Amino acid sequence: MTANATELVVQATGLTKAYKRSVALRGVDIEVAPGEVVGLLGPNGAGKSTLTKVLTGLVRPDGGTARVVGAPAGSITARTRVGYLAELFRFPGWASADEVLILHQRLVGRPVTGEGVAEREQLLAEVGLTHAADTRVETMSKGMQQRLGLAQALIGDPAVLLLDEPTSALDPAGRHTVREVLSRARDRGIGVLLNTHLLGEVELLADRVVLIDAGQVVTAGSVSDLTAGHGVTIETDDGTVERAGVTRDEVPGIVAELVASGREIYAVVPRRSTLEDLYLSLVGDRETQR
Amino acid sequence: MTEIFVIARLALQEAVRRRVLLVVAVLTLASAVLYFIGCLSLKHHVGGFLATQNIDPIVPATLLGLASFGTLFLGSVLSVFLTAGAVRGDADRGLVQPLVVRPVGRGAYLAGRALAALVISATYVLVVSIGATVMTRLFFAELPPAAWQAIPPLVLGVCVVTVVTLLVSCLLSTVATGISVLMAYGAGLVAGLLGEIGHTLGANTLSSIADGVSYALPFEAMYRDALNKLSPAGPLGQLVQLGPLGGARSGGIGLWIYSIGYMVACGALATWVFRKSDL
Repeated sequence: MTANATELVVQATGLTKAYKRSVALRGVDIEVAPGEVVGLLGPNGAGKSTLTKVLTGLVRPDGGTARVVGAPAGSITARTRVGYLAELFRFPGWASADEVLILHQRLVGRPVTGEGVAEREQLLAEVGLTHAADTRVETMSKGMQQRLGLAQALIGDPAVLLLDEPTSALDPAGRHTVREVLSRARDRGIGVLLNTHLLGEVELLADRVVLIDAGQVVTAGSVSDLTAGHGVTIETDDGTVERAGVTRDEVPGIVAELVASGREIYAVVPRRSTLEDLYLSLVGDRETQR
Repeated sequence: MTEIFVIARLALQEAVRRRVLLVVAVLTLASAVLYFIGCLSLKHHVGGFLATQNIDPIVPATLLGLASFGTLFLGSVLSVFLTAGAVRGDADRGLVQPLVVRPVGRGAYLAGRALAALVISATYVLVVSIGATVMTRLFFAELPPAAWQAIPPLVLGVCVVTVVTLLVSCLLSTVATGISVLMAYGAGLVAGLLGEIGHTLGANTLSSIADGVSYALPFEAMYRDALNKLSPAGPLGQLVQLGPLGGARSGGIGLWIYSIGYMVACGALATWVFRKSDL
């Protein structure tokens, strides 16, 4: 990792973007630190892909500022340190997996022989495509192409990965592979912005979650913070006591109160909500109405 | 600069792997055989007549005029097919995004795509034109005096078509780009032919329209310039000047300067449009 550890790899403030018929972003703020996985959640049309594209420079924002590894998003400096996997991407069908990686090595100025060969072999092994190095893209399944896309995004020592639905076409084993790849990337200090609909993936992987809807950030925070503090279940000699809506800090007081009233406590189980509960409570069923 | 060659290499690889070049080579060979048979037949049937009438240059000039039309047309079709989807079409298919998020300027991407298409289509026109001229010379003793000089305008003409197609591809989908450029190409040829008729008959309006079209679409002016170089002197040269599909008109060095400036302007405009585009 070459980026300053204190420097945010993604820092966007007040991003706005309107297309001809819709407003995609209405003042979005987002940050990703080195070695942090941030899950970007939201219903279809919330502005997630537009936000990711703004950070890559594919889409020009109407307002606000976006910096990637300290440089303006879309600048050559920023693009040198970004790995990107688009939601709807395609590689040349006639090219083999190895040739796709060679192309991207050339584009970022990496060697393609010697250590370049070793880099490609390692990346293909990481995403489980060692056996497919010579397989043409057009004969690959969508899942294989998605894993190749992830390998491609990792070329060139990126400081940040911007991934738009990277596991949408993968089977459970493929998702597990991608989670492992992203975990290793995080361990190497790479910041990851993971745009996905798969809440389970985010719960397993993300350090923080940003939920956006209608182009605005609805809530943001760590997964544990967002899913904590929704109640406690206490088993006593007189039956089960349910207390909804209490925070973690309130639990000892409740237990002390019960003990003072003569109850015997057998178990205290904090009730945690899931990301799905949070998502549905904040976004509701608006997605189905779109 | 390196990234331009990387993109150009990618486009050239695609042309090879998709067998575009193989198909072009095979069909060009078939066309060459037909041209050979045509030359042989003409030599056999009109050779004696030509000798007696002392109008030797007419037949090779007409043949080369036809070859010029065919070569520029096929070179332009090749160029259009190679570049029609370069920007908007490939972006719609998700092919452009993974490339331009790399430290590759959008101008460099366009330059790479243009370079590949220019190399293929210009080489095609050059090789086929030289082949047609050599073959014609094998059968007919007297070529038009400026027969070899007709080749460079054709090469520049196909380059203009390539750059125009690239510009349109920044704005329209693949199919719309192909249709619009080829229709403009056809309209240019028709305008050139009408202009020549107008010039011959003294109809200034038709001549003015043809001149205007030549400025708007200089590949057409380049074709007319090439035809002009193939036209023999004297009243029989009028036959060549009128056809087979377009009127001859000398362009001179001014046309070259204008056409090169036109291509630079189209390239700059394409880069500006592409840079402003959301992908």
